Amino acid sequence: MDSTSRSFKDNAKTALSDAQLRRALDNMKEGFIAKRAKAAAKLPEFEALRDQARDIKNHTLENLDAYLELYADKVEAAGGTVHWCATADEARAAVVEICRSVGAKTVTKGKSMIAEELALNEHLEANGLVPVETDLGEYIIQLRGEPPSHIIAPAIHLNKEQVASDFRARHTEFPAERQLEEPQQLVAEARAVLRQKYLDADVGITGANFLVAETGSSIIVTNEGNGDLTQSLPKVHIVVASIEKVVPTLEDASAILRVLARSATGQEFSTYTTLSTGPKRPEDPDGPEQYHVILLDNGRSQMLGSEFQDMLRCIRCGACMNHCPVYHSVGGHAYGWVYPGPMGAVLTPSLIGVEEAGHLPNASTFCGRCEAVCPMRIPLPKMMRHWREREFERHLAPPAVRAGLVMWVFFAKRPELYRFATGLKAMVLGALGRQRGRFAWMPLGRGWTAHRDLPVPEGRTFMELYDERQRAPVRDGIVRALRRGPETERRDAAGERDAA
Amino acid sequence: MSKQAILGAIRRSLGRDPRDSYLAQARLAEHPRGIVPERSRRDRAGQLALFQEQAEAVDATVVRLAALDEVPEAVADYLKRHNLPGDLRLAPDPELEGLPWADKAPMLTVASGRADPEDPTSLTGAFAGIAETGTLMLHSGPQGPTTLNFLPENHLVVLKASQVVGAYEEAWARVRAAYGPGALPRTVNFVTGPSRTGDIEQTIQLGAHGPRRLHILLIEDEPEAGAGEEGA
Ligand code: SF4
Repeated sequence: MDSTSRSFKDNAKTALSDAQLRRALDNMKEGFIAKRAKAAAKLPEFEALRDQARDIKNHTLENLDAYLELYADKVEAAGGTVHWCATADEARAAVVEICRSVGAKTVTKGKSMIAEELALNEHLEANGLVPVETDLGEYIIQLRGEPPSHIIAPAIHLNKEQVASDFRARHTEFPAERQLEEPQQLVAEARAVLRQKYLDADVGITGANFLVAETGSSIIVTNEGNGDLTQSLPKVHIVVASIEKVVPTLEDASAILRVLARSATGQEFSTYTTLSTGPKRPEDPDGPEQYHVILLDNGRSQMLGSEFQDMLRCIRCGACMNHCPVYHSVGGHAYGWVYPGPMGAVLTPSLIGVEEAGHLPNASTFCGRCEAVCPMRIPLPKMMRHWREREFERHLAPPAVRAGLVMWVFFAKRPELYRFATGLKAMVLGALGRQRGRFAWMPLGRGWTAHRDLPVPEGRTFMELYDERQRAPVRDGIVRALRRGPETERRDAAGERDAA
Repeated sequence: MSKQAILGAIRRSLGRDPRDSYLAQARLAEHPRGIVPERSRRDRAGQLALFQEQAEAVDATVVRLAALDEVPEAVADYLKRHNLPGDLRLAPDPELEGLPWADKAPMLTVASGRADPEDPTSLTGAFAGIAETGTLMLHSGPQGPTTLNFLPENHLVVLKASQVVGAYEEAWARVRAAYGPGALPRTVNFVTGPSRTGDIEQTIQLGAHGPRRLHILLIEDEPEAGAGEEGA
C-alpha cells in the first residue's frame, strides 16, 4: 500500500469534519473500551498474565533466530514449505509463483495485516488473479476500494447505511426492493455471496496470529469462521506471516491467547482459534494439498537490538487504538498506511522510514492510555518520543519547530534566565490581558489561537508562587489544612493570590 | 538464500552466535506451564458446570445426557424444536455411526463423511472440552473432517464428561499423550460458541460464515468423579 502518512495533518483535518466518520467512531466508546474493562475485571490473574505474555515474547525475541529455525524444520517435517522473504517484493513474488504453479484463478483471503503491508490484493490483480476478501469487514472495504481503518475492525469507520448502499450497488443478483436496514440482513447477504466464493477458490491465503516453534503450526484467531473456510476448502493454503509471530510452545501460545481476545474485543476467547500444521494427511477426508508459509522480515530484523525491539512484542489486538483519543478523533485512514493508532505511530516509521512517517509519532497527546492497556506492556509513548528525537536529530522537523526547540533548550539549561524570562512573560501578558481574561490573537501564537483563546496568565509564575508559599511555616499549613479541610484550604490559596 | 540472510541479520542485531540454540531447545522440550487461572481448578462437577455456564454465555446450547445412545433422540428433538430439516451429516466416526439412528430417530436422514455445501446440520465428536472458557477442542483426522465444523449452518457436538478439562494446558497434555511430543493433527480447532461478527457498527451478529447454531450434547460417562487436576 502506498503511504499518505506525509499528509497526516491534512488527512486529520478532513477526518475531523466528516460527520459520518464521527458517528461511526463514537460506537467505539461503549463497544471495545467497556468490553475490555469488563473482561479484564472478570479474570483476577489478568495483570499477571500481561507480565507473563511480555516475558514470553521477550524471551522469544532474544532467541528469535533459534526459534525460527526450529519452527521451519517442523513445518517441513509436516510436509509444508517455508519461503523466507527478506522484503515485500520477495514475498509478493513467492505468492504469485505458488498461485501460478497450480494454475489458480480465484484466491480467497482471510484477514491479514501482513497481506495489507504487502499490498497483496493489488499485486494479485496485476498478475491476473482475483482476490476475494472473506472477513466481513475486509469484504466491505474491498467493495469500496478502501484500505482498513483498524487492525481488527477494518470497516469500523462505516455506518450500516453506507454498507447497505454498497451492497445494493454491487450485489445486483438480488431483488432491488429487498430489506437491508438491519445488520443481520447485511450479514446474511454477505454470507450468501461469499459461500460460493469459498467453494470456487483455488488458493486460500490467511495471516497468522502466532507461529508455534514446537509443532510448526500457524494459528489464526477469528470470530466469523471465514479464515477456516478459506484455509480448508481450496487445494492450496498460503500463510503470510512476519518473523516476530513465532512463539516457543503450545503452552506459550495459550498463555498469550488468554490476553489477546480480552484486550481486543473483550471476549474471554475468540470464537475460533485454529492451528494448522502442514497439508492434508493421507488419511484425512479434507484439507488443502499444499501448505506454504511466507515468512517475512521486511525491516523487522533491524528493529531487534534497537530501542524499538519492544514493538515486536505486539500481537495486533488493537487495544491501543481503541483507547487513543487521537485515533477516536481522526480514525484510522488519516494515519496514511497499514497500521494506525499508537502501534502504527511506532511501527510505521520503522517499516517505511521516519522520512515518510515522521508525523505519526507526533499524533499523540502522551496521555499514556495505550501503554496502560497494551496486553504486551509495550512502552508506546516512550518509543514515540524516541522517534521524535530521531526526527529532530535528522533535521526532519520543520525549521520553525527546530528554532523554537533550540531556543527553549537554551533557556531551559539556564534556570535563572528561564525564570526571569517566564516571569517577565507572565507579568506582561497578565497586565495586557487583565480586562478580557483571554487572548484571541497573539504574534507567533496562531497555532494555538486559530482554534481557541489563550487564557491570560495570573501575573506570576508557578515558581514564584511556590517560593512564596515555601516561606510560610510548613507546620502552620498543615494545622490549617487539618482544621478547615481541603475546600477552605484551596479558597485560602485563591484569596492569597487575589490579595497579592 | 534469504533464509541465511534473514537469520544472519537477526543474529547481527542481537549479537548472537548461530550455535546459541540450547535455551530454545530446552524450552520446547520442557514446554513449561505458566499461570493457569484459578477458576479452572474445581472438582469434576464444578468443572462441568463451569464448562456449561461459559459455553452458554457465548450463545452455545448444552444438553446433558446420561448415555451415548440417547444422542439420536436428543438430536431429533433439537432439530424439530428449531424447525430444522431432518438431514444430518455425521463425522465418519464408528462410535457415532453405530448409534441407534434407525430405531430412535427414524425421521432423520443420516449420512456420514466430509461436509457437502448443502448439508444443513453436522454432528461430530470432540477431543476435549475446556471449562475455563467453555471451549471445544476438535481436530482433523479420518474421523473428523474439518469442513463439518464450518460449512453447515448447525453444528452439533457430542462431548463426553470425561473429555472435559479445566484449562488449555490440560488439553495440550492430552494431545501430547495421544500424538507424541511436538506433533499435532493437521488441524486443531478451538470452538467457543457459534460464528459471529461485530463488523457492522460493532453489533454482534451470529452466523457470519460458520455455524449459526452450536449445540453441545454432554454425555455423563464418568461415575461421580472426585476432585483433582491432571498432571502434565
Ligand atoms: S501495541 Fe499493544 S495494544 Fe497496540 S495492538 Fe500491539 S499489543 Fe495491542
